[in-house]
Amino acid sequence: MESRRDFLKTAATGALVLGSQSKLGLAAGLDQRVQTGKSKVVIARDASLHGTGAQPDEKRVQGLLDRAIAAYTDRDHPVEAWKRIVRADKVIGLKVNGLGGKGVSTHLSLILAICERLQQAGIKPGNIVIWERNARDLQACGLTISTDPNRMRCYGNDVAGYEEQSVTWGGSSVKLAKVLTRECDMVIGLPILKDHSMAGVTFAMKNMYGVVERPSELHGDGCNPGVADINCIPAIRDKVRFTIGDAMTSVYDGGPGFHPERLWQPNALIVGEDRVAVDHTAWQMLERKRAEVGFPTFEAAGRPPRYIATASDAAHRLGTNDPQRMHLMEI
Amino acid sequence: MKYRSNWKWAFAVLVMIGAVAGTGCKKKGADPFPASNAVADWQKTSETRVFAAKDLWQYIDGDAEQYVSAGVVSTSTSDYKYKGELEATLDVYTMSDAAGARKILETGQSSDAKAVQLGDAGVAYAQSVIFRKGPYLVRIVAYESTLDAQQALLALAHAVEAKL
Repeated sequence: MESRRDFLKTAATGALVLGSQSKLGLAAGLDQRVQTGKSKVVIARDASLHGTGAQPDEKRVQGLLDRAIAAYTDRDHPVEAWKRIVRADKVIGLKVNGLGGKGVSTHLSLILAICERLQQAGIKPGNIVIWERNARDLQACGLTISTDPNRMRCYGNDVAGYEEQSVTWGGSSVKLAKVLTRECDMVIGLPILKDHSMAGVTFAMKNMYGVVERPSELHGDGCNPGVADINCIPAIRDKVRFTIGDAMTSVYDGGPGFHPERLWQPNALIVGEDRVAVDHTAWQMLERKRAEVGFPTFEAAGRPPRYIATASDAAHRLGTNDPQRMHLMEI
Repeated sequence: MKYRSNWKWAFAVLVMIGAVAGTGCKKKGADPFPASNAVADWQKTSETRVFAAKDLWQYIDGDAEQYVSAGVVSTSTSDYKYKGELEATLDVYTMSDAAGARKILETGQSSDAKAVQLGDAGVAYAQSVIFRKGPYLVRIVAYESTLDAQQALLALAHAVEAKL
């Protein structure tokens, strides 16, 4: 049987017959809020994901991804499900997160599983861009830098650069990564769930700090309103449409860096379009873990993720942080 | 003429003493990163990268502020590998004084930490060792948990301590 890496190698050379193009595309085909009035968030779990090893099993990760996407889209067949998320004629960016280093970065197995399904859904290899701040962060995810336009591309902002002009939203002014502004039609966020020493929680919205030139300037006051502000910038708000959050491994304290003594394996993916609802769900998952091991709440620790409420306020309107307005599916 | 010659000699000796002393100081503090095989089965697998305090966010964005507020001057880091398999990262934080190193060590410490004889104070976990010595804070982290990880990390840590 062909391994995933073999598959991707073949696909990247263009030898694979790709699936037919979607007629729906993301906006028309997927917006779950329009369909249900609530923001749908799926938490998919697999208790056996890691087995006895440090890394999750590749096949189980693919299975977990397929279950999550099937539940989210109400489509059983993975390729059909993906066609409701992406359009085949678009350039799709995958914004991974490698800041925490090798121990707690977006898992390579998840990235590869998504790339495989994207190609099966009709996305050409050269129209898939995996990116992060820099080469080091990408390598932390286990990725290799590639700028070949005929293959899946993978490079950092250190290669593609930033826009000369700053954009401002609220009190936050930033220079955006050119990968976002010039190359991608749509971005899928692939954050990894972590505690954050200032923001409290880092996941879907905080992952966008890797899209701006000097994220350190947005750390004031627990990254609030910095996180909410930059997610309102049109290029981010409009292009980053979907989150496949990696909660297979996490740090529940001491983040965002790798602290193995605080490592935890929730063995889960958190999927959704509403980035605020996704972050609220992730936050609650971390709170439960901290309570389980006797750690204080984020509020008691002095770093509640206030930016989540800010993101849902009347000024930002990025989504909902109200559980009553979420449709949470746990599978 | 004789006096002039003596002065020349005296000046030359002073220059030599200064040079030796200067070299000695540099050796003592300049490179705490053990070379490959300086510690049994440990290979240094990357160049040492150095970040000034103002650039530390490029390395540990989100964590940098706590080090900056504790007075970090610079941070050096390199990757290592044990027996060709166990990957680890060694970070050496040079703080402005010992109090800064103590602050960071104590802030991150928890009840499951095992005290170890390293520098002025140190703790070990299954996959990490952290210690301070004077103004230096050293953190070594392994990316997998193996049976001999802690002992291997401690061996590397002792070699670093000896070079500080």
